[in-house]
Amino acid sequence: MKTVIDAHNIKKVYNPETIPVVAVNNVHLHLERGEFTALVGPSGSGKTTLLNLIGGLDKPDTGSVIINNVDITKLTPNKLIDFRLHNIGFVFQAFNLIPVLSARENVELIMQLQHVKKHEIKARVTNLFQQIGLEDKMDNRPAQLSGGQQQRVAVARALASRPQFILADEPTANLDTKSADNLLDIMAKLNKEENMTFIFSTHDQRVIERARRVITLVDGQIHADSSPVSVNVDSTIT
Amino acid sequence: MWLKLAWKNLWRNKHRTAITTAAIFFAVILSVAASSLQDGVFDNFIKNMVSYYTGYIQIHQKGYWNHQVLDNGMIRDSSYESRISNQKNITAIAPRIESYALASFKDLTKGCMVVGIHPEEENKITALQNKVTSGKYFDHKSGNTVILSEGLAERFGLQVNDTVYLISQGYHGALAAGKYLINGIVSFGSPELNDQLLFMPLHTAQEFYSAPDLVTSYVLGLKSDKYLGSTVSKLRHISGETYEVMSWKELLPDVDQHIKMDKGSMSIILGILYLLICFGIFGTMLMMMVERRYEVGMLVAIGMKKGILAMLFLTESIFTVIIGSVAGLSCSIPLVYYLKEHPIRIGGEMAETYERFNFEPIFPASTDPSIFITQGLIVVSIGLLLSMYPVITVFKIDPVKAMKK
Repeated sequence: MKTVIDAHNIKKVYNPETIPVVAVNNVHLHLERGEFTALVGPSGSGKTTLLNLIGGLDKPDTGSVIINNVDITKLTPNKLIDFRLHNIGFVFQAFNLIPVLSARENVELIMQLQHVKKHEIKARVTNLFQQIGLEDKMDNRPAQLSGGQQQRVAVARALASRPQFILADEPTANLDTKSADNLLDIMAKLNKEENMTFIFSTHDQRVIERARRVITLVDGQIHADSSPVSVNVDSTIT
Repeated sequence: MWLKLAWKNLWRNKHRTAITTAAIFFAVILSVAASSLQDGVFDNFIKNMVSYYTGYIQIHQKGYWNHQVLDNGMIRDSSYESRISNQKNITAIAPRIESYALASFKDLTKGCMVVGIHPEEENKITALQNKVTSGKYFDHKSGNTVILSEGLAERFGLQVNDTVYLISQGYHGALAAGKYLINGIVSFGSPELNDQLLFMPLHTAQEFYSAPDLVTSYVLGLKSDKYLGSTVSKLRHISGETYEVMSWKELLPDVDQHIKMDKGSMSIILGILYLLICFGIFGTMLMMMVERRYEVGMLVAIGMKKGILAMLFLTESIFTVIIGSVAGLSCSIPLVYYLKEHPIRIGGEMAETYERFNFEPIFPASTDPSIFITQGLIVVSIGLLLSMYPVITVFKIDPVKAMKK
């Protein structure tokens, strides 16, 4: 199996000079292609910080995050943005589609940033909308879509760049049960059929139940990992 | 890509875009109207002042201005005169001989300033004919005749067709004396001029002072005061060291100083106007960045480079600034032309003062294209300068902090 994420001994402390808050503490994480992983834990356990660190949105104080053989902690800010564009897909809790663009344009934007040729963009967008089951809503603006539909478009946008993996921060938190199930079906299908790696932080029991690996964070440390390989070798669980 | 996105973003919050565009629109209109009125009023003021007596430019024999006596006069030179009148901006060249004399009638005697003029050329510059209140202006038949200023005539109790006696010192100490028929009476608003001026045809004055072909100054009329500096430079080049070329700014330093002071005050008013515009535009930009902070963070997170985002915001600002400026200019051009054709009329005592000086009591607007270009560019520059705020914010943004709710 191909390693997608290899994080070593990462630590992140907020307000180090005033009231230090250890958000992530000496975490080791190893994810392979095709994983469908849920990151769980109580509020303030460090789920979002860990996602930010492995997504290259934030830099750890110590440790390294290696994605596709690149230590992203050593990249310059501009190179890091470029790296994210080509390697990481993001799905946010609040969907975060650009309201002035249609669903299609939201998905196209990522590929335009990657300078993908026009005809390729067209073909891929059609294919992505078929996968998320919204072919008939491509020209609708986000405001004309339901929450569930918007989140499906957000998944399509994340997939558009052909990333190494997709990070989803509480993707079902703002959705009703039916929409959440629908979204999970699509994500599971993409995982199964395209071997797409998904890592999501969640409180949602339905998501946790469908994950094939569940990592539990407590106080910034990995408390439990349902995968056969335990990655939290140094952590002390209280 | 960002062009399309920028255009769509303009319509995302129509009210905000409308407020920003309106701020720029009114800024352009107000600044253009204020500047064109300011320039129009000053141009008119200068035109009135210089056409009153001094002209835009005067040329004398070197040293005459500091020591104004006939002996410092110059012999008329037709080739020099034609070289001057061939200059682009020159509309008229009026030779004058000016000196003092004692005027006498019955048992009254008073000092006066004798001005020998070329009637047609003088009229082109000072419109002296229009100031004639009784009698008539000089014509080609005018010989030993004079035109008296109203105050002087009243002092002597003289009227048209009476005779006035003059005695003075002529050129190189010669005795100057003569009696002259009063052809007309002119009125000047300035008491200083109204009480002492006495005009006579140039050749009559030269004869009186025993100074054939002598003039003390050439008074020049200009098409436009805008090119005063360059015209003076050219004339100085033509005149060499023999003559002194003086603009109205040197001839009337008080007027120049007054205009400079007024322009300074106007600059402060325009500065305050620009400041208000800045606050208006900046306020909406501040609101926009607060509203879109999360979105900017998200776009950086998913891989949009900050340079592209900065370009996006800059393009949005350029669209807004250009729409506001073009609309403002489109409305200010007809407004300014209207104010030129239908100038604001001054009322009350100020109007009376203007009229006493034979000035039309109006505030005309200037339609000089440079006003539209300058004011348009200033407002556009302010808009673009303020656009740096979202650009700087984008470059400083941290996606994690921006996406924290």
